[in-house]
Amino acid sequence: MMDFSYARPADLAAAGAALAAGGMALGGGTGLLDLAKLGVARPVAVVDLTRLPGLDAIQVSETEARIGALVKMSRLAAHPAMRAALPAVGQALLASASPQIRNMATIGGNLLQRTRCAYFRDAAVGSCNRRNPGSGCAAVGGVTRGHALLGVSPHCIATHPGDLAVALVAFDAVVETWSPNGQRLLSVHDFFLLPGATPGQEFALAPGEIVTGLRIPLAPVARQARYVKLRDRASYEFAAASLAAGMSLGVDGRIADLRLALGGVATIPWRARSVEAALIGEHPTPAAIAAAAALAMREAEPQPDNRHKLALVPALIERTLTDMVGEPA
Amino acid sequence: MSTPRPLTLIVNGEPRALQVEPRTTLLDALRERLDLTGTKKGCDHGQCGACTLHVDGERVLACLTLAQQAEGRRITTIEGLAGPDGTLHAVQKAFLAEDAFQCGYCTPGQIMSAVACIREGHAGSAAEIREFMAGNLCRCGAYPHIVAAVQRAARALEQETLA
Ligand SMILES: Cc1cc2nc3c(=O)[nH]c(=O)nc-3n(C[C@H](O)[C@H](O)[C@H](O)COP(=O)(O)OP(=O)(O)OC[C@H]3O[C@@H](n4cnc5c(N)ncnc54)[C@H](O)[C@@H]3O)c2cc1C
Ligand code: FES
Ligand code: FES
Repeated sequence: MMDFSYARPADLAAAGAALAAGGMALGGGTGLLDLAKLGVARPVAVVDLTRLPGLDAIQVSETEARIGALVKMSRLAAHPAMRAALPAVGQALLASASPQIRNMATIGGNLLQRTRCAYFRDAAVGSCNRRNPGSGCAAVGGVTRGHALLGVSPHCIATHPGDLAVALVAFDAVVETWSPNGQRLLSVHDFFLLPGATPGQEFALAPGEIVTGLRIPLAPVARQARYVKLRDRASYEFAAASLAAGMSLGVDGRIADLRLALGGVATIPWRARSVEAALIGEHPTPAAIAAAAALAMREAEPQPDNRHKLALVPALIERTLTDMVGEPA
Repeated sequence: MSTPRPLTLIVNGEPRALQVEPRTTLLDALRERLDLTGTKKGCDHGQCGACTLHVDGERVLACLTLAQQAEGRRITTIEGLAGPDGTLHAVQKAFLAEDAFQCGYCTPGQIMSAVACIREGHAGSAAEIREFMAGNLCRCGAYPHIVAAVQRAARALEQETLA
């Protein structure tokens, strides 16, 4: 690991100054230190944010949850009011990483986690547009079982690996940030950037901008939402495909609101809007669910090793929605 | 280059003064500077759990923690688990009783993780133990015995609190 300096600022202003001077933010360190040891992240100055005051609260009201960026994954997963208001969040977190990592990792760092693409993580691989703009993409034509089918570009097919972010995209969360220019609120839909021609730009953050928290609107559809994760082994593994799903039925038995977002198959956490649109206003019959689920991968661009996900994702949606219809809240 | 700087770590109840470069992990500080080699280095990337120890009573990975990040926190390693008179912790006893290891390399991490797993209330069933011990890999595949040891220790600790 490259040598670096270490600072532990006592307030946001000092943290902002240290980051403006070229520092890299440190939350739990479970992503940054891993990548620094691999030589993929090359911090010169590390700015430990974890003792900044006031960024570790969880507040849940009738209409909104507010979560400080320094809250640990394990604490949010176990929060009783949060589990009741939006169970998909706790489920996504408990399906993430390991108990040890969840005790270390912050919600802010979790949102900013980098892809697990093996070519990105191997600094000896020359071609990676995400790491080294303009160098090409070694994944195209490589081993692509874990790579993305949705939101890909000719320049990058790396999968977004996070679980929590999938639930946040399903429920229209808002990211709070702070920089010396002030506070900013941005929709999670604008936060994650498609790779396009600039895969190195992954988040809509200015250099040195600090994520200070999250706001999640608590719509009725959130209450019985769930997160389902399919993996190559039973636990402690990134998603082969995952789904955050929330559904509410009207008094007429038709689907009134539906939220579906996919993980493990796209370059950013992926809202399955075409499936939602096909089902909202319909009766959730097996035929309607199956027909709508089939739309999820219509725009997919598979690689030789990940074609099985063309069937896996619709099956996941169909199974989950069928279960939800069978067990209404 | 950043020069080593002084740091005091509270390890197993004792303040320990040392000089480390900022990039030094807690794992390397314990093993290389303080000669506390019970905490193991398996992958050094957060993937195996061999380096599990407790910081302020919670299980974390020492390989992805900078020594600096642990300043002022209470660190407990496998060396600090037994009583002052050498009486083994219930989880250590259970690992011996159930023969819950083969080569033993993952064992300190398994034991530190298991102590926390039981304390968190995540040792209610074999399935729950498997899920909440998933962060500790065993290359020897001693998993069935590890699960049995955690169950045995959980029962023993429950009886201790009832008594
Ligand atoms: C073995 C392993 C398995 C894993 N499995 C999963 C999984 O199944 N699902 C899943 O979702 N995740 C998984 N992860 C990823 C894990 O969730 C992330 O590493 C973790 O959430 C990152 O949080 P952190 O606080 O440790 O971030 P750090 O490592 O401290 O930071 C990550 C990045 O965010 C930046 N940063 C941190 N905080 C802020 C802030 N407040 N403002 C601005 N920038 C900031 C850092 O500069 C860095 O670039 C796994 C990780 C490992 C090592
Ligand atoms: S050495 Fe820390 S998790 Fe493997
Ligand atoms: S006993 Fe050998 S690795 Fe677990």
